[in-house]
Amino acid sequence: MLRLEDLQIANIEPINLTIAPGQCIGVSGESGSGKTRLLRAIADLDEHGGQVYEENIAQDQVKAHEWRRRVALLPAESQWWFDTVDQHFNTQAKYIEALGFEQDVIHWNVSRCSSGEKQRLSILRMLSNCPRVLLLDEPTANLDSSNIARVEDFIGDYLSEHNAIAIWVGHDAAQLERVSQQQYHLSGGQLQPVSKL
Amino acid sequence: MKTEFIALTAPDLMLASLLVLALIGLGARLGLGISQTLTIAAIRTTVQLLLVGLILEAVFTQAKLSWIILIVLVMMTVAAWEILARQKRKIKGWWGFGVSAFSLFISSFLITLLALTIVIKADPWYTPQYAIPLLGMLLGNTMNGIALGMDRLVQTAWQQRAVIEQRLMLGQKDSEAIREISRDSMRAGMIPIINAMAAAGVVSLPGMMTGQILAGSPPVEAVKYQILIMFLVTSGTGLAVITVLQLITRRMFDSRERLRFDRLLKEPR
Repeated sequence: MLRLEDLQIANIEPINLTIAPGQCIGVSGESGSGKTRLLRAIADLDEHGGQVYEENIAQDQVKAHEWRRRVALLPAESQWWFDTVDQHFNTQAKYIEALGFEQDVIHWNVSRCSSGEKQRLSILRMLSNCPRVLLLDEPTANLDSSNIARVEDFIGDYLSEHNAIAIWVGHDAAQLERVSQQQYHLSGGQLQPVSKL
Repeated sequence: MKTEFIALTAPDLMLASLLVLALIGLGARLGLGISQTLTIAAIRTTVQLLLVGLILEAVFTQAKLSWIILIVLVMMTVAAWEILARQKRKIKGWWGFGVSAFSLFISSFLITLLALTIVIKADPWYTPQYAIPLLGMLLGNTMNGIALGMDRLVQTAWQQRAVIEQRLMLGQKDSEAIREISRDSMRAGMIPIINAMAAAGVVSLPGMMTGQILAGSPPVEAVKYQILIMFLVTSGTGLAVITVLQLITRRMFDSRERLRFDRLLKEPR
């Protein structure tokens, strides 16, 4: 379970929200409305007010880096700092085929990868920590349609397999409809539930 | 064992200044735009050094601790200010000054103190003839090391802030997320002194040793002092760069391992 209690970010009204295990919520909103800042606050990358609980563990009860291993943020643009893909993984990469790669992708040179390949690889990299909560900032923005479907299915499988939680930020309403059980819209400093039609 | 040395007269220096004047003239003639800077620098070095010579002569005859403390304070303040002036990304005011001054103090001052009391065993330990030149050489070198290491750390971390944050997102500790940059900065701060040690005697004759030889010291005596200085300067610079990197890194990340340039850098105007 993920619980936001009076989570305060500049220019946004305090957010109270509870997400049950295995659930994915979708968050939409204009650029600049604060979607990314919301995710960064939950990952404790920015200063914020209020409290976030994951399985009844408060954010400030554990060291920040341990929190971020459990509550992982996938940024819209992934960063790579070593030469080859495998240098960025702490543990053996899993699910390589599920995201449409061959096993040898791990030895690839990062500079050789397209932006879409980097995006899918960054999902693998995030999951190598086995996080309990996935904060996904436009995770399919650079992907073609077949890979979009692949990533959607894959995240769904991960959530049900590990009883994990996801917050999926995106612009595509139809996609949010597909991947999430509940949708929210962030605008004018307020996070409002979107009623399903 | 003092040997004779040839004292310089004012006309001797004027002869040498003719060379600089000739260079200034040549620069102007060729339109290289260096003449004005060169003139100012030449005048500055003359005035500054003459002043320092007069002050040192007064201090040497008095050998009072209070005088020496005053000189040390002035030297350290100027050095700390110079470090900040050389930063491409400006560090926040008093904090930046404090970090520079503290790093200079625990490296230069403590190492000089150690050398004076344990190695040279001057009596009294603050004998200006030893204390001032030693501290001066240490300050000059640690200042360089600090300025270079600090600039590299802040500049690279700023350019790679997205990478650092990505590493934090993957659950790395702050020290881990900045490890490669720290190593780079340490190297940047230490390269001048490592080069100086490697080249000493083969490519270049160190200034202090040359000075002693010119003043009539037997070369081997001068060399012994030079080796002492090299070791002091190296350990001082290393200590200084490590200190400044630690302090800056602590400031760059907060207790929740967030990257916080707002605590470190001045707001861009």
